[in-house]
Amino acid sequence: MTVLIAGAGVAGLVTALTLVEAGHTVRVIDRASGFGADTCSWYSGAMLSPWIEAATQEEIVKRRGLPAIEWWAERACVKRMGSLVVAPGRDTAELTRFARRTEAFEWLDGEDIATLEPDLAGRFSKALFFADEGHLDPREAMVSLMARLAAQGVTIEYETDLSGEIASFGGTVVDCRGMGAKADLADLRGVRGEMLVVKTHDVALSRPVRLLHPRFPCYIVPRGDGRFMVGATQVESERRGPITAQGTVDLLNALYALHPAFAEAEVLETGADLRPAFPDNLPRIVQDGRVIHANGLFRHGFLLSPALAEDVAGLLAGQTVEFLHETDRQRASA
Amino acid sequence: MTSFYGFEPASRLFLGTSQYPSPKVLEDAVRAAGVDVVTVSLRREGADGAGQAFFDLIKALDVRVLPNTAGCHGVKEAVTTAHMAREVFGTPWIKLEVIGENDTLCPDVIALVEAARILSEDGFEVFPYCTEDLVIADKLLAAGCEVLMPWGAPIGTARGLNNEYGLRSLRGHFPDVPLVVDAGIGLPSHAARAMELGYDAVLLNSAVAGAGDPVGMAKAMALAVEAGALGRQADPLDPRDMAVPSTPVFGKAML
Repeated sequence: MTVLIAGAGVAGLVTALTLVEAGHTVRVIDRASGFGADTCSWYSGAMLSPWIEAATQEEIVKRRGLPAIEWWAERACVKRMGSLVVAPGRDTAELTRFARRTEAFEWLDGEDIATLEPDLAGRFSKALFFADEGHLDPREAMVSLMARLAAQGVTIEYETDLSGEIASFGGTVVDCRGMGAKADLADLRGVRGEMLVVKTHDVALSRPVRLLHPRFPCYIVPRGDGRFMVGATQVESERRGPITAQGTVDLLNALYALHPAFAEAEVLETGADLRPAFPDNLPRIVQDGRVIHANGLFRHGFLLSPALAEDVAGLLAGQTVEFLHETDRQRASA
Repeated sequence: MTSFYGFEPASRLFLGTSQYPSPKVLEDAVRAAGVDVVTVSLRREGADGAGQAFFDLIKALDVRVLPNTAGCHGVKEAVTTAHMAREVFGTPWIKLEVIGENDTLCPDVIALVEAARILSEDGFEVFPYCTEDLVIADKLLAAGCEVLMPWGAPIGTARGLNNEYGLRSLRGHFPDVPLVVDAGIGLPSHAARAMELGYDAVLLNSAVAGAGDPVGMAKAMALAVEAGALGRQADPLDPRDMAVPSTPVFGKAML
């Protein structure tokens, strides 16, 4: 029996591939005219950083996010260079505090930092290095998944009226629309995020760098060919539309704080979109008859979509799964 | 119990609502602390309706909302934000914040007095975020404020009460005005100290939201505020130089 998957962002693609690999037949539909900026996954940092997330997020994010590194490595190009966390001189206390709240890192001194990232030599005296973390290019990674799906005969059906198709489809639907499903999920809200991409050959980095700052924590991810993605603001607003002046200033300031040579970088792209989130900021599976909602990946689209998809597959196989929303779980066990 | 514009909160701890790991953790913290006043920032979240999903979660807490003008740098901006707040939350309460210096987020007290006058005349019940300056305090009261909220230390610094002398002096000058220490608290002992000085409430945000266990810290802060208030009411001893044994030594064997 065919499973219909609505939404071809990272949640939909990962779910589709997971189900195909589990032996299901799937169709994937999306309302966009083609692959591009209509999904918030387009703007993702796509860092596979379970231990860094552990410092500020609930335990489940690390535990369920950890296997994502292997999952992606088997299906897309994961750069396994680890990640660095640094703090400006007067905020090194932030680094100590961050270290206290996670694990699987080593403390680096200035010399170690220079060995790993020569261009950061002399800029920071201390850093945390999470050697086992990885990162992806989100757009390339989604293309890799689509190629794998195509090899199994699944092509994304773009320009589809999703609500109509979901209503008329007779079988099981996995709704991975993110904010597109807001009307069906009362608890779902959007959390605005802004990013930008700059290009410079004056600085080179091999791995994502997180900059701890009491006001504007942010990250810089090298995307190759002199391009760097800088993200991301987090605002409790559902306003769409372009990046704000404030967001731009905050992100560019952070970039400049990491290395002044970024001042001469070209700004190639700016982006802003909404992260779908439930009140606990954790992903959730909500079953509504034959429609299974898999949503609320918040800022963990690439880190947690493999686990969310695994739970969707488990649910279809009749198993008890962790991300199934509590009230649904109670109903299932009643 | 002190009344804030006619409202008598059961808890003397007021909580900010930003920077929690999630709205769920915020809700758990509010419940654990038994807080019944929370402050919400209007400016960043956007009062144009875009922040509605978050504001709905705040409203669902079913506690008194004190909207704030955090991030405003001038009179006009603060007044406009206050009007949006009144519309969004249907309350005359406004925590008035006008920032004058970006590194310390020190209030621009001159603009603050002007904004407080405009808003008070317009029927707002203003909670001004101010310094411990006595003259400014007097002018804020003259502008219509019935509550004052001096800083403990700059916002988010967790330094505690930077100028205890100044805060004590403010309390002494205005014995009948509800006073709230707002900002700069890091530890429960800081909050307890503010209450020991005779303050009526403590408002804090990052100390709880940024703690490793926000819910645990919210509870700790609530207990500290209560302990400080009870200690103050119980008329504590003053420090003295001469040691006074709690058990008389008179009549004991002296060997």
